Amino acid sequence: MSDMISLDAAELARRIHAREVSSVEVTRAHLQRIEAVDGPSDGSAGPDGVHAFLHVDADGALAAAEAADRAIAEGGPVSPLAGVPVALKDNLTTTDMPTTCASRILDGWRPPYDATVVARLRAAGLVPLGKTNLDEFAMGSSTENSAFGPTRNPWDLTRVPGGSGGGSSASVAAGEAPLALGSDTGGSIRQPGAVTGTVGVKPTYGTVSRYGLVAFSSSLDQIGPCARSVLDAALLHEVVGGHDRCDQTSVNAPLPPVVEAALAGARGDLAGVRVGVVGELSGEGYQPGVLAAFTDAVRTLGELGAEVVEVSCPSFSYALPAYYLIAPSEASSNLARFDAMRYGLRVGDDGERSTDEVMSLTREAGFGAEVKRRIMIGTHALSAGSYDALYGKAQKARTLIVRDFTAAFETCDVLVSPTTPTTAFAIGERVDDPLAMYLADLCTIPANLAGNAALSVPCGTSPDDGLPVGLQVMAPALADDRAYRVAAAYETARSSTPDAAPRIPELRALETTR
Amino acid sequence: MTAVSTPGVEAAPYTVEEVCEHFDPVMGLEVHVELNTATKMFCGCANAFGAEPNTNICPVCLGLPGSLPRVNGAAVESAIKIGLALNCRVRERSGFARKNYFYPDMPKNFQISQYEDPIVFDGYLDVPLDDGGTWRVEIERAHMEEDTGKSLHVGGATGRIHGADYSLLDYNRSGVPLIEIVTKPIVGARDRAPMVARAYVTALRDILRGLGVSDVRMDQGSMRCDANVSLTPKGSPVFGTRTETKNVNSLRSVERAVRYEMGRQAGVLLSGGTVRQETRHFDEQSGTTSPGRAKETLADYRYFPEPDLPPLEPGSAWVESLRAGLPERPWERRARIQTEWSLSDEELRDLVNANALDLVADTVEAGAPPEAARSWWVSYLLQQANKREVTLPELSITPAQVARVIALVAEGTLTNKLARQVVDGVLEGEGDPDEVVAGRGLAVVSDESALTAAVDEALAAQPAVAEKIRAGKTKAAGAIVGAVMKATRGQADAARVQELVLERCR
Repeated sequence: MSDMISLDAAELARRIHAREVSSVEVTRAHLQRIEAVDGPSDGSAGPDGVHAFLHVDADGALAAAEAADRAIAEGGPVSPLAGVPVALKDNLTTTDMPTTCASRILDGWRPPYDATVVARLRAAGLVPLGKTNLDEFAMGSSTENSAFGPTRNPWDLTRVPGGSGGGSSASVAAGEAPLALGSDTGGSIRQPGAVTGTVGVKPTYGTVSRYGLVAFSSSLDQIGPCARSVLDAALLHEVVGGHDRCDQTSVNAPLPPVVEAALAGARGDLAGVRVGVVGELSGEGYQPGVLAAFTDAVRTLGELGAEVVEVSCPSFSYALPAYYLIAPSEASSNLARFDAMRYGLRVGDDGERSTDEVMSLTREAGFGAEVKRRIMIGTHALSAGSYDALYGKAQKARTLIVRDFTAAFETCDVLVSPTTPTTAFAIGERVDDPLAMYLADLCTIPANLAGNAALSVPCGTSPDDGLPVGLQVMAPALADDRAYRVAAAYETARSSTPDAAPRIPELRALETTR
Repeated sequence: MTAVSTPGVEAAPYTVEEVCEHFDPVMGLEVHVELNTATKMFCGCANAFGAEPNTNICPVCLGLPGSLPRVNGAAVESAIKIGLALNCRVRERSGFARKNYFYPDMPKNFQISQYEDPIVFDGYLDVPLDDGGTWRVEIERAHMEEDTGKSLHVGGATGRIHGADYSLLDYNRSGVPLIEIVTKPIVGARDRAPMVARAYVTALRDILRGLGVSDVRMDQGSMRCDANVSLTPKGSPVFGTRTETKNVNSLRSVERAVRYEMGRQAGVLLSGGTVRQETRHFDEQSGTTSPGRAKETLADYRYFPEPDLPPLEPGSAWVESLRAGLPERPWERRARIQTEWSLSDEELRDLVNANALDLVADTVEAGAPPEAARSWWVSYLLQQANKREVTLPELSITPAQVARVIALVAEGTLTNKLARQVVDGVLEGEGDPDEVVAGRGLAVVSDESALTAAVDEALAAQPAVAEKIRAGKTKAAGAIVGAVMKATRGQADAARVQELVLERCR
């Protein structure tokens, strides 16, 4: 295994900028790693491949790397991550690669425009490697809802990598990419981060442009970074974040200083920081090993000088049902445009059938079961007879959750919880039980509903199964830097402990079988 | 009871007077107006009529996955101005909503509109009627929304989607800003209902034109009217079942459609039938309506707040500045101008019909006397416009230039005849009036000694005529004046020449 694929993005950038190594060499190493461990992008390698990627653009990546090397050689100013490879969740539009959202319905679509975040990555000289797997239209918690086969957890290939952004997190965990972008609607960056032992950040709603993110639930979706270190996540966050006039929900305010916060946190001092442990996000239904790792993490925070207090957020119990009304409602509308008329799949157009029939047949064939389930739930929740009792009530619950956060942040600087109640579950284990699947997002959903910042940072492994556990740190809106500071301090402290997990799984079996 | 019949028109079975013996008509008028902003409602694409299909499009107005709308501030400004002109209240915080339904000309399969909180609401318009009266039409609301694309159904008999061989879609219109202006139920108009409907739409058109917010071309679809009509049996507290007539594309059609629906519904009701709640199409040729799709179940558009757009909060300072800048109501302005310029009704009508009112007003504004300004525009300039087959506003001369020509005549630099040549020069693109005067050498010869010399020369050339004049036959002076005018190529003031001739023969 090449040394380069295990290095942090910050270290890769340092070496590339010092011209100790070229971006082309770094990019090639990652392409080789993908080749070695990912399996074919259609998932046909079966259980042998991680299958993090739906599309790899080796030529494009090498060309971008060459351009970065040239810019660096010319000695001009380059951005802090210039030359570093990055993987993109396949619900971000790209002009040079397909965008499928892991759905058959977008078959053959090539977007004519780059998402704002993609354009910013390119402008900053990062090197897009390819597009990563996800639950179809980001609907799911395991990446099993992909039309192109599941992604596997690099720590245990029989298990899921979480979801919806399992591909992005798994690619980072497996050393296929040092960085990736994901999108987090109910936990789709943080929960995969937790179960793959990587860092995942959901920035404050509106601080990273959604222009070019294929919408699942517009009021909840937020793009954010996936990385193997808190500092790396912060560096990527600063590249993609900030106001964008193409997104009117984008906040016209300076981005919180997240890189500075990550650097400050890494010095290890949390004196005076008030950390609230959310009582409602632990206890019954949580895997004992997850709670054990979480308790250890809280103890560590205390040792770093933080003042740890218990807080109660009683309305969080409404978060899951509210989310599963609001998100499907918005999705039912957002996904109406996939109708075979202008792009993507078209089924049944035999010259005899009516437009309505072609639309119906296409949607029947093009959407997977979970997407259809949510479109139906959302259509029902918005219909005249149900609106007040379902969508309307969910919005009221959302207001209560916002109030709980506001109250908690009066006494705490950050809130902490496990990121997800269990470690990675087995592939297939929950596919027939949507409610059990939905529980994976229990801890992450409140931050989406309230719009505030939250991240997941690895907190060791569960003693009962040896799999990664995530610590969720939540901060008020536009105070993302607080979460970074606490996470960086914790990360530094844990990395010096003897039980710190290896940063990249060996994946030896896979490499030898291929 | 006899039906009124007009040749070539399938008459409604009852006249409005007959209808009103049994029923009170209730109308609700919904007018869609395309704004003439430079760009579309939610993207930067050009808002232009008549471009090559699918050329003014982008990811946003095509509703491509990942694209997001952003509000056109100019459209919001227009919406507020319209609301203020209709005496509406402006909502401090309003929002957009999604109206969800599937149709191929709507690329997102939802329309961004406004639902529970339209930007302006609760207004009225005092509409001048043809009979000299005024009718107050109460305005429920006016809200912003995006237009759909346009379908062209090829093949088949009806031009509708059913039976067509194939359909073509043009998304140039997709995302064009629309304002929908909805009246409250118009009750009590009785047999004047068709006239009130027409007068309201006319007044609305004039107001919107005066605001400059729309082209208000019903023939091009930039203004469209849907007429809801129902009949309430006399004495009943409950409104009858309404129909919504679409495709009403001229002011005259508004009146005809309402009249026809009143008569038709009365026929149905008086023969014991029930009116179906449905959309009907107006046929311009026959003046009748025919059923469109029946609204058997109320469509459920599943409105919900548009999550991609933050609420609109037009500050009161902005609203008040827009209110202060509102133009006079067109008919009030016309009445004022008629008095100020002492115009007869006929003269005023000619001005309005020739599209000349603004031009004359601007010419007066530029310093010309109203009578001269009016006369120039409705006579010589109108002839020139007709000759060139353009409208008066399209003529390439500005009110300021016309005012300058009038001033040159007044100060004696030009005669009327010369002035027309100057105007010709301006229309030919030779520059401002002063430039044309200089360029063509058209100024009146006002040099008295030169004129006197010319007169003497003419008298010397025609001694017999000169003798007659000296003998008191002043009429003979015309020949000398003609000769002088010829010698000066028309650039002398004939009246002055006449005086000089008489002086020199005294």
